[in-house]
Amino acid sequence: MIQKITIALMFVSLLISQAAKASLEIVITEGIDSARPVAIVPFKYEGTAELPLRISEIIAADLMRSGKFKTIAIDEMPQMPTKDDEVDYGSWASLDVEAVLVGTIQDHSPGRFLVSFELIDVLRGQITGGTVQALVNGKLVETKDHILDNRQVTIAAKQFRRYAHRISDLAYEKLTGERGAFLTKIAYVTVNHGDDFVYKLIVADYDGANEQILLRSKEPLMSPSWSPDASKLAYVTFENNRSQIYVQDIYTGTRQLVTSYEGINGAPQWSPDGNKLALTLSKDGNPELYVLELTNKTLTRLTRHRAIDTEPSWSPDGKYIVFSSERGGNAQLYSVNLDSKRIKRLTFDGEMNLGGSITPDNNHLVMVNRTQGNYHIAKKELASGNFQILTKTRLDESPSIAPNGSMIIYSTMHGNGQVLALVSIDGRFKARLPAASGQVKSPAWSPYLK
Amino acid sequence: MQFSKITKGLLIAIPALVLTACGSSSVVNDESKAATNSSSESVQASGMGQNASAVEVATVEKAPTVEEMQQAKFEALRQEQTVYFDFDDSKVDAKYLELLQAHADYLIKNPNQTVMVEGHCDERGTPEYNIALGERRAKAVATYLQNLGVMQSQISTVSYGEEKPLDLSRTQDGFAKNRRSVLVY
Repeated sequence: MIQKITIALMFVSLLISQAAKASLEIVITEGIDSARPVAIVPFKYEGTAELPLRISEIIAADLMRSGKFKTIAIDEMPQMPTKDDEVDYGSWASLDVEAVLVGTIQDHSPGRFLVSFELIDVLRGQITGGTVQALVNGKLVETKDHILDNRQVTIAAKQFRRYAHRISDLAYEKLTGERGAFLTKIAYVTVNHGDDFVYKLIVADYDGANEQILLRSKEPLMSPSWSPDASKLAYVTFENNRSQIYVQDIYTGTRQLVTSYEGINGAPQWSPDGNKLALTLSKDGNPELYVLELTNKTLTRLTRHRAIDTEPSWSPDGKYIVFSSERGGNAQLYSVNLDSKRIKRLTFDGEMNLGGSITPDNNHLVMVNRTQGNYHIAKKELASGNFQILTKTRLDESPSIAPNGSMIIYSTMHGNGQVLALVSIDGRFKARLPAASGQVKSPAWSPYLK
Repeated sequence: MQFSKITKGLLIAIPALVLTACGSSSVVNDESKAATNSSSESVQASGMGQNASAVEVATVEKAPTVEEMQQAKFEALRQEQTVYFDFDDSKVDAKYLELLQAHADYLIKNPNQTVMVEGHCDERGTPEYNIALGERRAKAVATYLQNLGVMQSQISTVSYGEEKPLDLSRTQDGFAKNRRSVLVY
């Protein structure tokens, strides 16, 4: 036993908040033509402090990467307003710009800054001329309904990046009606054969910034899954030369062994209520789905079939689980209802479908499809049955959906390396997150951060 | 960990080297070869030291028995520890029968010896599906060994899926090299 612990220590090195060099940088590869033009004007700062970053650049990059917007370059801007009063609506409207975001940064107290912004609907501003009279509680008052959002906040220098993503979220929601997912993280595994610890579990902001190593291991790490409160990751580790599932708190580094049965301990997926893990165990002979109650460790078996059953994924309402099974011959996706235990086949397209998950709006099933030997990310509209292949990249796997359902992150090949890539749920926007070195795999998009 | 694996590998490899050295004619003053050769030759070697250059002794090659030939073949076969599979398949091809017989023979004769059978996949498909497929490959080999008489308690299995490819090229050749079960002593 002591020897086992020593071996475990030899193979794994636990790192709490160890900063790694940011190594992922998004390269947009397709699909900004159809995007809506918006302008993010550089925020005006008249103080003397050295600001950590340009908030407007982060916001512009976020909106570009959503695939839904294209931002006007600074040298094409007709003017550089800092507040609504200064905006010449007509000059922006003539460039087809729909919305302009303006803002200022002022010194508040040492190390703290007052950040203000206004999001302006250019066309509405042009119509109303900046003010409109409206009846509010039976009284006629002047309103500025062309200002879609305006806020002020006092933040420290180290909060600039986070607040920039917050502004992106607000602007995105005002302009699309859908919640933004810029204030989120991704977890992934890197493989570097030159390193002493070949496998690393990493978390970063959704855009690859603030990369932090959570675990380094000499043996494979797989399948990270976020808890719904985005504070913990469940994952598979081979540090004891067998598969085991651990849960690790990403802030404290506390690790907890969850399962270590004979055979496969794989594919952990946190339930939407955070109390359970769906997982794959082969302790009874071959891979079957189970649900583990995290509080009392009760294990419930969901499937019973001699074929492979694996890759469980919860429906957003937690009522059923999508999984991959070979029970029909080739691997296809099925669902199992958690009350009735009734099993239903979901996919029929192509030679194989694997790694399925349901979008947060319950409308689509996202998966890895094999057709004519090619593996691509695909989606099936559940109501109509319409099937669409979304990607053109090679050897795609491990799709993970953003919490707002707008985007899928997955792993694929670029050149000779495994990299992460993004594709919008409509398939029109595509981007790549190339790594500085090594292979990157098993991405998992976090829930919304609190 | 790694070191003990290497040591075990050598324990298996050394007898094979000795065997290949057997059968060659030796001269008395060839001290190093005499020392590692079989016992009949070491008797001759004991006469060394007195006037070694005065005589030259030769030997006649002893024809190996059927049993010895089989052992030599098994030992040579055991140098190979990998069984390869077809795409999305876990059937052990008939061409590995002799290889697995050689390993089974060794395990049956050494009941305290254990073996770990690793199952691996190529990089196509999803990682967790490949873990399941890799386990089936490992178990196919384990079952094969059991059918040849090896005790279940001597065999354990682990699936690494597509996490430990041998060949990183992602070509058809590379994929074929990665779809494998490996016997690790």
